[in-house]
Amino acid sequence: MARGSVVVDETAAEAALARPKPRRSVINPRWQRRLFLLPAVIIVLAVVIFPTVFGIYVSFTQWILSGSQNARKFIGVQNFSNILFHDSQFWHALEVNFIFVVIGVPLQYVIALILAVLVNQDIRGRKFFRVVFLLPFMMSPVAVGWMIGRSIFDSRWGPLPHFLTDIGIKNFYFFDTGPHSLFALILIDAWYSIPFIFVLLLAGLQAMPHEVFEAARIDGASAWQSFRDMTFPLLLPVSLTAIILRTIFEFKLIDIIIVVTGGGPGNYTETLTAYIYRRGVQGLDVGYSTAMAELFLVIIIAFVFLILIGAGRWVRDVT
Amino acid sequence: MASAEPARDWGAKRSVRGTRVLGRVVTYAILLFWAFICLFPLYWTVSTSFKNQIAIYRGPSYLPWVDFTPVKLGWNAILQGDMRSEFLHDAANSLIIAIVSAGLATALGALAGYGLARFTYKLGPWRNRDISFWFVSQLILPPAAVVLPILILYRDLHLLDTRIGLILLYTVVNLPIVVWIMRDQFNSIPIEMEQAALVDGAGLFGAFLRIVVPIALPGMVAAYILCAIFSWNEYFFAAVLTSYRAVTIPFLIAGQVSSQGVQWWSMAALSTAAVVPLAIIGIVLERYIVKGLTAGSVK
Repeated sequence: MARGSVVVDETAAEAALARPKPRRSVINPRWQRRLFLLPAVIIVLAVVIFPTVFGIYVSFTQWILSGSQNARKFIGVQNFSNILFHDSQFWHALEVNFIFVVIGVPLQYVIALILAVLVNQDIRGRKFFRVVFLLPFMMSPVAVGWMIGRSIFDSRWGPLPHFLTDIGIKNFYFFDTGPHSLFALILIDAWYSIPFIFVLLLAGLQAMPHEVFEAARIDGASAWQSFRDMTFPLLLPVSLTAIILRTIFEFKLIDIIIVVTGGGPGNYTETLTAYIYRRGVQGLDVGYSTAMAELFLVIIIAFVFLILIGAGRWVRDVT
Repeated sequence: MASAEPARDWGAKRSVRGTRVLGRVVTYAILLFWAFICLFPLYWTVSTSFKNQIAIYRGPSYLPWVDFTPVKLGWNAILQGDMRSEFLHDAANSLIIAIVSAGLATALGALAGYGLARFTYKLGPWRNRDISFWFVSQLILPPAAVVLPILILYRDLHLLDTRIGLILLYTVVNLPIVVWIMRDQFNSIPIEMEQAALVDGAGLFGAFLRIVVPIALPGMVAAYILCAIFSWNEYFFAAVLTSYRAVTIPFLIAGQVSSQGVQWWSMAALSTAAVVPLAIIGIVLERYIVKGLTAGSVK
């Protein structure tokens, strides 16, 4: 009888082993899946979303951080009306932002496109050019601002003005007038930003099928024709992505401006971020500055949205 | 047969080849010109770090031993002078903050990207696509819109001038990039291998860690490098949120201005020290950086 029960037990054990044993984890599978997403969501909510929402509230208050008493007074939309109707510097700063976007980004794109097309040719030293062209992106914008903007561009001892004088352009100073300063900033920003677009466009070019271009060349298409009618249209999706991303980052431009001109001369080159920094961080007028920041956010979102829709439609019509 | 073929114009072909040669010369000229533009500021920074006051203020000097006498003024200032401890302290800060925030961002972003690529989430009316969009749209957030609320929040939480404070902030700022890169990466990995692992009894996390991560490693390295570059070079938030304990290198660079004027030699030395590691990374790991920058845009 004892032997019989042992046999029964063994059979049961064998049967159990044959069945794949599900790992009974401590956590319910649905929560396991949530745990993948949750840490990222929580940290974003805590560090960015929560302050931003708090900021929305602050933008409706009058709040100046001075002394020990942080008197916060709710004043409704007064900040916003003051900004929109009584603050010319707000509009000027916004205009500066748009100048960077509307002039700077296309300039960067064109240069990057030329470089990408050239590097994509069958040339020697391609790896060299690809690496070298990436290097400006590795430099800290602060260093870029100081070493290029305030050193190389310096009229007294900088190489660039001396070089310009040598080739005949005398008496051109980069930082004497507002427009000259803006021009200098656009150049410096372009130096730093072109690598990003270049990398994207080059990758896009290299992903293109060769056969189509070979066929076109045999048929007698000139280099310009095949570029205009085939390369460029095929490159449009990547171009669009690059331009949109560059536009988003261009709105965030701040380090170079603070370091090179400090917003000057006379607040001429002050972007909205710099203005918010001046009023809010230096001037401690937090309520007003936060209201400007919220307006800025809305304007950027609207603008990017418009580009996405408009350009997306254009790309679809062309390709 | 000959009549069926288009007549070949050999004259035109020769001029085409001539144009090709000219095209090559122009191509190399333009490319070398831009290479010079890229490299000159870097060379200028390095050479200025070896100049003394006279060499800097007398006028532009380019070649060591020809135009100016290289001295160790700048390097001594940061490596041996009273700035030495400050330099080492800030460099350590930069290093720690960059390594940790990039690591956190890559880890959390990879997990989130994997979840968004594989599972189905539902938060009220929001599905995966909306959540992904929410993550990536954080990119649009201008620093101006968050710097003041974060300044206030950190002040109340005693996170001002702390490494943790900057690490958390940089992690969040870098997350959109990582999620963008990793979701793209995971979407292109066939699901069969994870399914096989699950059948074999591995948990979800086990399958992720043991099967998917090794395959997605290049993308994670690319994301990590981009995050580290950003954190290492970041100035604005560091300037607003730190004073002296958690100061990073960019802030130190900007601080090379004394009552006697700009200390170009030490500033150049600092800038060189800041860019050389990244330049080496850029040269050696260029492929990864390109992979990270082009993720989602180019197949």
